[in-house]
Amino acid sequence: MTERKLPRPHFWATVFTLLMILLAVVLFRRYTGGIGAISNLNDSMPWGLWIGFDLLCGVALGAGGFTVTAVVYIFHLEDYKPMARPAVLTAFLGYLMVIAALLVDLGRPWNIWHPLIFWNPHSVMFEVGWCVMLYTTVLFLEFLPLVFERLGYNRQVHFMHKYLTPGLVIAGVLLSTMHQSSLGTLYVIVPEKLHPLWYSPILPILFFVSAITLGLAMTNVESFLSFRAFGKRLEAPLLRGIGRATAVMLLLYLVIRIEDLLVHGTLPLAFRFDQASWFFLAEIIIGGVVPMLLLFQKRVRRNPLALTGTQFLVVLGIMFNRMNVAVTAFQLGTGAGYRPHWMEFVVSMGMIAIGVFLFSLAARYLPVFEEGPLTNARPVDPFVELNRHSG
Amino acid sequence: MSTYALLFDQSRCIGCGACEQACQSEHDQRPHKPDKLDHESFTWVEDLGNDQYARHLCMSCENPTCVSVCPVGALEKNPLGPVTWDAKKCIGCRYCMMACPFEIPKYEWHSPNPRVRKCDMCVHRVTKGLPTACASICPTGATTFGTREAMLAEAHRRLKADPQRYTGEVYGEKEAGGTGVLMLLSKPASESDLPDNVPEHDMPHLTWTVLEKLPQIIPVWGVFLGGMYWLGNRKVEVAAHERRQIQEGEDNHD
Repeated sequence: MTERKLPRPHFWATVFTLLMILLAVVLFRRYTGGIGAISNLNDSMPWGLWIGFDLLCGVALGAGGFTVTAVVYIFHLEDYKPMARPAVLTAFLGYLMVIAALLVDLGRPWNIWHPLIFWNPHSVMFEVGWCVMLYTTVLFLEFLPLVFERLGYNRQVHFMHKYLTPGLVIAGVLLSTMHQSSLGTLYVIVPEKLHPLWYSPILPILFFVSAITLGLAMTNVESFLSFRAFGKRLEAPLLRGIGRATAVMLLLYLVIRIEDLLVHGTLPLAFRFDQASWFFLAEIIIGGVVPMLLLFQKRVRRNPLALTGTQFLVVLGIMFNRMNVAVTAFQLGTGAGYRPHWMEFVVSMGMIAIGVFLFSLAARYLPVFEEGPLTNARPVDPFVELNRHSG
Repeated sequence: MSTYALLFDQSRCIGCGACEQACQSEHDQRPHKPDKLDHESFTWVEDLGNDQYARHLCMSCENPTCVSVCPVGALEKNPLGPVTWDAKKCIGCRYCMMACPFEIPKYEWHSPNPRVRKCDMCVHRVTKGLPTACASICPTGATTFGTREAMLAEAHRRLKADPQRYTGEVYGEKEAGGTGVLMLLSKPASESDLPDNVPEHDMPHLTWTVLEKLPQIIPVWGVFLGGMYWLGNRKVEVAAHERRQIQEGEDNHD
């Protein structure tokens, strides 16, 4: 008897393929008909979803790279070493996707390299451009040992770890300090256009501190996703430590944020219960205070599922902050009309999908995790595994 | 030498739209009656009702926000006054549009090779010593052209001579640190499309106060990080050394 087997397309592979086809169509329209052909961006809203999500959120989500490498290589908390490679890989791919999204958002993307030769040191965007270029190079060099190890270039790997890693990590922290904060500085020049609940002359400090917080939270989320998708071992004690650090960073961020509003006398605006006030309260309470209080609970930290859920809330809260600065607060301040076009979402979703796809390729073929390449991605029952860890 | 400036006197404007037409033909644009500033309308005469009109155009700031934010220096302040845009440098980030307190730069959203579009104070005429197209055509003298000093003095002379006619201040004298277009308004800015919330200081210093601190912060931060690495590294090496000694001690016993 012959076995009749219909090909069973994998659910995510199908979604991915369809999204890529859609993205190709959208991009064709973009490069033939201009940005206006696929977006609702307009003269009063020149930056929208792409700057808010792809650039501000994308760069902040990559903050795990410099945070974890600093913890391991500068502060010598070597227990966290298993987290370093996945964090570097996430950051590297994340930054590549940010640059890819910029090639869609920039009106003249073929000139993206111009800040190299045309200088304007007074421009925050000039500084961001340089830092992102340099830091992506640093991330590439930090990623290179994974490839070398896979190819068996052990002497090169040893050389890189011994002589290059410390310098690269320090350079990475310095460059990240500059551009993570500078993404906030971009908005310091529009005091009359940004709603006062989000405008602050110390936006750079707020962006930097919240980026570290987000980087830590994202490291947990990404570790959990790798455990679900690739059957990676879950480093529960490390996640608990990251949870504690996130709680402290979140507390620090909230204190600076509220103090800043008090200093400028704008805190009462938070209790007017208009749109701005609701968005602000949702961002601060649901995305900040609640997860912070939960992370300070030992019970939450001891349960990997609850811990990851809480960390995911932190991620959402800070992403919500970035979207509020880029879109909501700007609209509230200027009265500009804008709802993202569905094709704008296709671009943003497409970038995430490509990033996840590349990450899973790397997880399969490169020594990203301590266990080595996870060639046999096997479905795991998270609850069985989780009970084993929490028990 | 002083920069050039335009003086617009709202009380003298009759809304004929000659400046709009002159501007369009000067910049080889399709003749049309604008209803706002856009990629093919560099100036717009806004009808405020009651035979009163507001004129919109690039304010040609003394210290322009757009020039300071442009990452590649595509926007430049010409020493004569105009603020110009260079197609060869622009990357299309649109930070100029975000940052301009008067919301002047507009974009060619439907072009695959888009340009930032705005009034350039007829730089090609001004460099030849000619007044702008709008100032030369204005039949009532509502828009006049001259050095900024002369225009400002004239504005204050008119204010003093007939205070009832105007709101009492020269729009653009202090806005955004001073602009190259000065306006005598008979109706407050808030009753037209002119922004009435522009700070009375220049904008570029806001971000420069942050950026100028980087050369101080980064070396200190770098030394701290390097120091932490070095100090911790020493501890790691000592621990490794001690482990080796214990190992050797055990080996000697065997």
